[in-house]
Amino acid sequence: MEMREKILTFIEKNSRVDLKDLAVMLGVEEATVANELEAMEEEHIICGYHTLVDWEKTSIEKVNALIEVRVTPQRGRGFDSVAERVYNYPEVNAVYLISGGYDLLVTLEGKTLREVAQFVSDKLSTLESVLSTKTNFILKKYKDHGTVIAKPQDDERMLVSL
Amino acid sequence: MRNPLSERIVDIPFSGIRKFFDIAAEMQDVISLGVGEPDFDTPWHIRDEGIYSLEKGRTAYTSNAGLKELKMEIAKYLERRFEVSYDYDTEMMITVGGSEAIDLAMRAMLDPGDEVLIPQPSYVSYVPCAALANGTPVIINLQEENEFRLTAEELRNAITSKTKLLVLPFPNNPTGAIMERKDLEAIAEVIIEHDLFVLSDEIYGELTYLDHHVTIASLPGMRERTVLINGFSKAYAMTGWRLGYACAPKVILEQMLKIHQYAIMCAPTTSQYAAVEAVRNGDADVAQMLEEYNGRRRYLIHRFREMGLSCFEPFGAFYAFPCIKEFGMSSDEFATRMLQEEKVVVVPGTAFGDCGEGFLRISYAYSLEKLKEALDRMEGFITKIRQSK
Repeated sequence: MEMREKILTFIEKNSRVDLKDLAVMLGVEEATVANELEAMEEEHIICGYHTLVDWEKTSIEKVNALIEVRVTPQRGRGFDSVAERVYNYPEVNAVYLISGGYDLLVTLEGKTLREVAQFVSDKLSTLESVLSTKTNFILKKYKDHGTVIAKPQDDERMLVSL
Repeated sequence: MRNPLSERIVDIPFSGIRKFFDIAAEMQDVISLGVGEPDFDTPWHIRDEGIYSLEKGRTAYTSNAGLKELKMEIAKYLERRFEVSYDYDTEMMITVGGSEAIDLAMRAMLDPGDEVLIPQPSYVSYVPCAALANGTPVIINLQEENEFRLTAEELRNAITSKTKLLVLPFPNNPTGAIMERKDLEAIAEVIIEHDLFVLSDEIYGELTYLDHHVTIASLPGMRERTVLINGFSKAYAMTGWRLGYACAPKVILEQMLKIHQYAIMCAPTTSQYAAVEAVRNGDADVAQMLEEYNGRRRYLIHRFREMGLSCFEPFGAFYAFPCIKEFGMSSDEFATRMLQEEKVVVVPGTAFGDCGEGFLRISYAYSLEKLKEALDRMEGFITKIRQSK
């Protein structure tokens, strides 16, 4: 693996690692890691450092939905311009162009069911190039971003083994 | 009532860490660096194959030597990874962990009076297994200045007219030492010259950080005098599945198989089906775990340097073997005090032979967070002792 891949593989799982420790683990100078990180931020290879939150465990209500959207691509710009119109809404979490039975997969976060429904009917469906939508509410998250949401198991190994 | 016990068995001591384990088990908030197994779970696709085999009702014995399918895959794997070829049908058997294979090899090869050379520090089972097989264990004390590798000179000095077998435990538990090709070539010459056999325990063979592991069986003239032992426990994080294997020339293997047939029957069937998946599709998992261990290894050694703790750089397994002679305590004393005062478990080097005195075995089969916490505590302990001197 080249250095960039090693750094990315590591920080994709733990972006809060101490730079010094990361350098030690990769067997390079701290400056090397710092420079690579900076360059990759510059090149927008690293697009952000986010926190994975299990909102279920808080008192804050959130509703998440996956919306399948069929659209008419626009001349010259394909799906990009409609995608842009959709992703600019702050309540939209992610927009993916999808192969298969529909075109865009939109993930949405709202405070209530009603809020999500309203967004779909008032904003999304009314876009000129949107042909149809299908809204799927997320009932429970088991795993997200490669991380199992349930609390990890304790170390069940014996304290000492030879 | 008569004494129900065999004197020979009673004479074999229990392994030295029991006391330690008992103290630690009673304490709260203990962090352990004392574990000799991976912290990863067995990769899911491997577990899944085990489950699937149960669902299919594959719950009968396999043939004594093990599933043909598994042996064929292992033969391919050994060629691919270690450049040795074995006939899966006559030169290979599946065992209950590498441990069983060690026992079988000793029993198949030793007669009363035969001397077995056992380099130490090393895994605890070689000496008792040699004794159980009526052999005479002869210890070779490995030296820190050689990074705990076995040198041709040390080997030569230990050989007598009765020497028959050399145990070669590399990559090594507890030191993390490896034997590179040049080291193996040097001892191979002595082995051939004195017509010895080798029990090569390569259970950590996938876990090396300098270069790819070389098996002594791949050197010219060595295959016919080597019993190669490996298994799934360390490479694929499968300790609880209890699955290993032995490869040896037919004359030796068939005698090992005879003992296995009467004593064990066959290795666990579920584990064998899971292992087929491991050896067939597990290379990427091994590479990923290796990368992870390597990062922790570097971190650990770095911290030892920062603490001013002397430790040669280990290039194998997942252990480091720092020297604590500067503190004027025995390994046992140091480990006991560190457990009582800082609640960190490490294993005294003496658990692996008398020449482990003055050393500790530190395992890095732990997450970085755990490692960090334990090393912080260890650093505090060391600072305290240095100040009180």
